Amino acid sequence: MASTEIARQAGEGARAVPLSGHVGFDSMPDQLVNKSVNHGFCFNILCVGETGLGKSTLMDTLFNTKFEGEPTQHNQPGVQLKSNTYELQESNVRLKLTVVNTVGFGDQINKEDSYKSIVEFIDAQFEAYLQEELKIKRTLHSYHDTRIHACLYFIAPTGHSLKSLDLVTMKKLDSKVNIIPIIAKSDAISKSELTKFKIKITSELVSNGVQIYQFPTDDETVAEINSTMNGHLPFAVVGSTEEVKIGNKMVKARQYPWGTVQVENENHCDFVKLREMLIRVNMEDLREQTHTRHYELYRRCKLEEMGFKDTDPDSKPFSLQETYEAKRNEFMSELQKKEEEMRQMFVQRVKEKEAELKEAEKELHEKFDRLKKLHQDEKKKLEDKKKALDDELNMFKQKKTAAELLQNQAQQAGGSTTLKRDKERKN
Amino acid sequence: KEMGVFPLLTDFSYSHLLSPIPPAGGPVVDFSYVGIDAILEQMRRKAMKQGFELNIMVVGQSGLGKSTLMNTLFKSKVSRKSVLAAAQEKIPKTIEIKSISHDIEEKGVRMKLTVIDTPGFGDQINNENCWQPIMKFINDQYEAYLQEEININRKKRIPDSRVHCCIYFIPPTGHCLRPLDVEFMRRLSKVVNIVPVIAKADTLTLEERDFFKKKIREELRANGIDVYPQKEFDEDAEDRMINEKIREMIPFAVVGSDQEYQVNGRRLLGRKTKWGTIEVENIAHCEFAYLRDLLIRTHMQNIKDITSSIHYEMYRVRRLNENNTVVAHVLVNTLATRYAHTVTPVCMCDALQFSSPSTTY
Repeated sequence: MASTEIARQAGEGARAVPLSGHVGFDSMPDQLVNKSVNHGFCFNILCVGETGLGKSTLMDTLFNTKFEGEPTQHNQPGVQLKSNTYELQESNVRLKLTVVNTVGFGDQINKEDSYKSIVEFIDAQFEAYLQEELKIKRTLHSYHDTRIHACLYFIAPTGHSLKSLDLVTMKKLDSKVNIIPIIAKSDAISKSELTKFKIKITSELVSNGVQIYQFPTDDETVAEINSTMNGHLPFAVVGSTEEVKIGNKMVKARQYPWGTVQVENENHCDFVKLREMLIRVNMEDLREQTHTRHYELYRRCKLEEMGFKDTDPDSKPFSLQETYEAKRNEFMSELQKKEEEMRQMFVQRVKEKEAELKEAEKELHEKFDRLKKLHQDEKKKLEDKKKALDDELNMFKQKKTAAELLQNQAQQAGGSTTLKRDKERKN
Repeated sequence: KEMGVFPLLTDFSYSHLLSPIPPAGGPVVDFSYVGIDAILEQMRRKAMKQGFELNIMVVGQSGLGKSTLMNTLFKSKVSRKSVLAAAQEKIPKTIEIKSISHDIEEKGVRMKLTVIDTPGFGDQINNENCWQPIMKFINDQYEAYLQEEININRKKRIPDSRVHCCIYFIPPTGHCLRPLDVEFMRRLSKVVNIVPVIAKADTLTLEERDFFKKKIREELRANGIDVYPQKEFDEDAEDRMINEKIREMIPFAVVGSDQEYQVNGRRLLGRKTKWGTIEVENIAHCEFAYLRDLLIRTHMQNIKDITSSIHYEMYRVRRLNENNTVVAHVLVNTLATRYAHTVTPVCMCDALQFSSPSTTY
């Protein structure tokens, strides 16, 4: 029999070897990109913010299209999340974009639980992916990833500071999703107020320990632009899908009596910066962070919560799917046991009731028997009495006939006075 | 045969993949341009930064030119023989599996290439089960990946040591496949991408080569051996078209060389003989260029994808479906230590009746 000897030279630090000619693997990035183009991309954005802050309009402006939907009412009982998926295409890139909107956020009188439905939604997407990953027969490469890659947090343009609802919500979300805070409807704030506002917001976020998404600065090609942009957070944006003629061009703008706010003019608002960062420079990084940081954290917590532990290198590995199923089976058998117990109890009760009823029936029978007996006794008594009466009657008749006979005899012998006397005697 | 049977990268222009990106902060060129296609550039940047990994295994009897071919493919001394100078000239008594990794870089693209050599394969008198250690090695790599994948604390990038491609060297007998070849390829084509090549093809004339190839293809078909590119994994019509052309040409008849000779005023890789110089990269002489293009320039990503999404997944399904009495035992042990104060495991059923922190039964 053959034996193997696995000799690994230079493990981690492999030798660097110079090439003496063109090999051709520099086409690898192209091959990878080509494959992704064929496959299509997906990107999921969550918009969190109070009703009326222009979330839908901003999405329309960002992606240059009119997503369907009407403005929501302000009387929602709780925070709901509505998600819509769209297929966009630009040159040869197909993007499956999902926009999730928080409906009714900030509209309730008691907003304590507002963040909960958002956190639940995000967790649900992670859970779905985890389930798929743990399946035995899985199709990860064709799985439609619904995990939220970016969360745009819309801050109301008060000009003062963050609302406590904002702080609480962002704090709950920062370990689950990449948060990009933006100041909505920023044409309501003047430039000087805006700088102060931004500084206030940033300092509040820092002092409350809220981790917002930082544009990555490790790749030299984009390090510079990303670090500059990091300093401009939160972006003050204005959204508009209406076009206004400025000079000889049609631009997206909001027209006021005192002037026109141009969406794509960097002196007017930070819309261009947002679009640049969100889509053109860091979309891939947002997806990667979601997968390698937020999802891994969720997965780790979930598995530890379920009672799993990493095995040490000596023992054989166990299957997460197996133990997950085992636990589920155990839970099901527990349910079955309970069901069985309930059934037993039910059967018991029925038996008891049945016994009770039998008792009652027996009693009734007895009563009936008693009554019957009583009835018979009565009847017998009556019959006896009747018999007695009959006997008496007979006797009386006999006596009467006997008496009449005697009387006839006496009459014949004695005369009418005795008859009278007898009559009187009789009367 | 002419150039361009299937698209070589040199003939292909990839510029259609990238639309011009307007400069940041400058005047907006196109009013309706969103910039979604910039993600291609972002992906490319990420790929360049991360680098790529490729693990190739070479299998064949000794003396078929495996090391030379590897060196020729990657234009550098990547084979085991080059690294471990002179030492192992003897044929080992048993099959050994030796893998060597190299970091190579070309035009900013970094790749970690691992060449896995199998000295001793097919060299014994009795070669029964000589595929076993190789299968074990391949499965061990899948196992290592699976282990890492099911960890709770996992690495950001799971190191990929799975064998992406196994080049099988067929000796140029000119007749047909030997039983060893059939056995090996039949078993291994189920777990790894096999690329069969006719080694030292300069001993065959063109007619002999064509006959041999046809015979090999027939035998592969007759034995149900699916070599790369496998018919069932063609994704769409375009794929099928390209891959059909390749399937009509395999196995490639290759010649390897790391020596350069002067031919017609140019320095070319070749083998110099008394009757002429065989140019390795000349497709009129041998099919090395096709092999190189397939493995490296056009289908490398596809080879890796098939390994990870098909071969590895099949291994994973098999593994997770195994009857896990050992698993139960391990589960009892690992979890019992954690919940020792709540329950003493008597049997598996009992052990599973613990209460996890969040739920109570």
